[in-house]
Amino acid sequence: MSVVIYVPRDAAALAVGADAVAAAIEREAAARGVAVTLKRNGSRGMLWLEPLVEVETAAGRVAYGPVRAEDVAALFDAGLAAGAGAHALHLGPTDALPWLARQQRLTFARVGITDPLSLDDYRAHGGGAGLARALALAPAEIVQQVLDSGLRGRGGAAFPTGIKWRTVHDAPAAQKYIVCNADEGDSGSFSDRMVMEGDPFMLIEGMVIAGLATGATRGYVYVRSEYPHAIAALEAAIATAREAGWLGPDIGGSGRAFELAVRKGAGSYVCGEETALLESLEGRRGIVRAKPPLPALEGLFGEPTVVNNVITLAAVPLILARGAAFYAGYGQGRSRGTLPIQLAGNIRRGGLIELAFGVTLRELLFDWGGGSASGRPIKAVQVGGPLGAYVPESQWDLPLDYEAYAGVGAVLGHGGIVVHDDRADMARLARYAMEFCALESCGKCTPCRIGSTRGVEVIDRLRGAADAGARGKQEALLRDLCATMVDGSLCAMGGMTPFPVLSALDHYPNDFGLSA
Amino acid sequence: MQAVEKPDRGGAEVRLGSPGELREKLRSLVPPPLAPAVAAAVNAAIAAWRDEPGGLLPLLHAVQDALGYVPPEALPAIAKAMGLSRAEVHGVVSYYHHFRDAPSAPHRLELCRAEACQAMGADALLAHAERRLGCGLHGRSADGRVALEPVYCLGLCSTAPSALLDGQPQGRVTPERLDALLAQTLGAKGAAAGHAAPGRPRQVAIPSGDRPMYASDEGQT
Repeated sequence: MSVVIYVPRDAAALAVGADAVAAAIEREAAARGVAVTLKRNGSRGMLWLEPLVEVETAAGRVAYGPVRAEDVAALFDAGLAAGAGAHALHLGPTDALPWLARQQRLTFARVGITDPLSLDDYRAHGGGAGLARALALAPAEIVQQVLDSGLRGRGGAAFPTGIKWRTVHDAPAAQKYIVCNADEGDSGSFSDRMVMEGDPFMLIEGMVIAGLATGATRGYVYVRSEYPHAIAALEAAIATAREAGWLGPDIGGSGRAFELAVRKGAGSYVCGEETALLESLEGRRGIVRAKPPLPALEGLFGEPTVVNNVITLAAVPLILARGAAFYAGYGQGRSRGTLPIQLAGNIRRGGLIELAFGVTLRELLFDWGGGSASGRPIKAVQVGGPLGAYVPESQWDLPLDYEAYAGVGAVLGHGGIVVHDDRADMARLARYAMEFCALESCGKCTPCRIGSTRGVEVIDRLRGAADAGARGKQEALLRDLCATMVDGSLCAMGGMTPFPVLSALDHYPNDFGLSA
Repeated sequence: MQAVEKPDRGGAEVRLGSPGELREKLRSLVPPPLAPAVAAAVNAAIAAWRDEPGGLLPLLHAVQDALGYVPPEALPAIAKAMGLSRAEVHGVVSYYHHFRDAPSAPHRLELCRAEACQAMGADALLAHAERRLGCGLHGRSADGRVALEPVYCLGLCSTAPSALLDGQPQGRVTPERLDALLAQTLGAKGAAAGHAAPGRPRQVAIPSGDRPMYASDEGQT
């Protein structure tokens, strides 16, 4: 009998040597005459343990990690093929690991468990039930399910998904579009990538359901060029889905059509903004459009278009399969369901943590994260990507919830959390925020285009100021500039770059040479 | 309309030249035909994407994937096929960081400069790479074999600092590991027998030094 061994194919696992580990396992198994079936799964999300090797046993999967290629022989000596525990890297049954067991995995339920490119595996683990249900419903009923679930856009803006879908559903047009925003450019974010690499059929199913709900018959997934593995996985999955009749002119024999294509970005951060993304899809520079008109009414090629983030669309199959009430049963207040949180930067146990809204940053940083990787005190935590505020320790007990964070001038964004230890220079990080904005600004509006460059200059002068008087002047100037950017920018690029800058200034004035 | 005065040419007579000379001059203004390899790649990309709505980006990707860059001399043909002006195509090529208008070095090292990697020592790693290669960001190594480029997030933020070496993702990149990876890629001639395999996660030492964030910052106050 052949032993099934899993080695992830997720890019984060590949980046730390998963391919070499897989090759070593095959080599070692052959040399020892052990029959091994190697499966390349997605990542379980325990990224500090990657490459995480799992062995299927009668009692479930047993985990070893982080494994290096040169560990493999010793692991076999210690009984790897039987899932034995005589090696230091033996972690025990994967599902019992507290880091994983304490999560509430809805969207990530299959990621790391199935073979991402096997439609049979997807079906065997509940995939396809949402589409089957959707095919039995009228479009307006699908929209109502999504509305009732309370699902809000997971890309960062948190707009109610059902309302967006209803707008497109109600808009009369011969051609409508579903666009998936997979331009996941926020530092500290990788949940979109993990879904596309680890469970691409879920995203495809979500997009087909969105098409059925709104009457859109064409879809595009706009994936950033920095994600070649995600692009390859999606393209393979789309081909399989088309063969299986999940895409094409007659979805599941319903007579309804949906076509889907992957489009590759070209290294522009601002193309994660939905109107810039549409411009890019139309073959132009990724310049932000003024709103209105809303993309839901005049979007791609001027037609009604749903633009949703990967995680938003990936949540839809489950909402249809289990019902809106099931999904809305998670979370708190107006933040319903779960948020796939990404814990990154200077953290001991970083990775993907899916939980209902309401967990606190302190729990994430210490219970899950185990403190900083460097062992030094954590100083600042940036939540929500490069446009998100630095959250100081005094706010670590706030529940992760859209409204609670908005209340302190912070954002949850896409759920990326980047941890810095006490050596972080917050004035430098504030300068970086302005510099990144200058680099990535599309240039359409003046506050962003000019303000970001002036922001770098003002922060340089503030840091180099000779005395308190000069510092005070520069601080006033910086605050004034930030107010102009917040109020006057066309999109979140210029409008939110001041969030990290001002939060650094407010909570860490010493780093700017200012007194608290 | 007001009459426009002709500029004073200082009395120098403008000599137009003989008809033969004129023909020569005009001919020199016509761009030379594309090199066969460029023409083949561009024509294939045009054929594949001309009729696709919004096909310019995939077309440019196809050209760059085939040639390693988007040759400026190919823009007129692309513009004509797509019904665009040359300025519009140039605008797209120059807007996106991904597209290059000249060939890259044989090897590319892209270091992530974003926050999660900064929190794990990306600045020190960049400083090391600059010393090792003898060039700054956007530069080429002293021997011309490696292009050093920044990248802003690879989505490998829990295994930081991250890099791409010839398109392959690399995580937990310490200076020692970077040396070993480069030696492996460039041929280990004279290189220390480092181990290119990634280490386990561990406590990282992040120098708190006063080094500015970018090489280009040097000299700024």
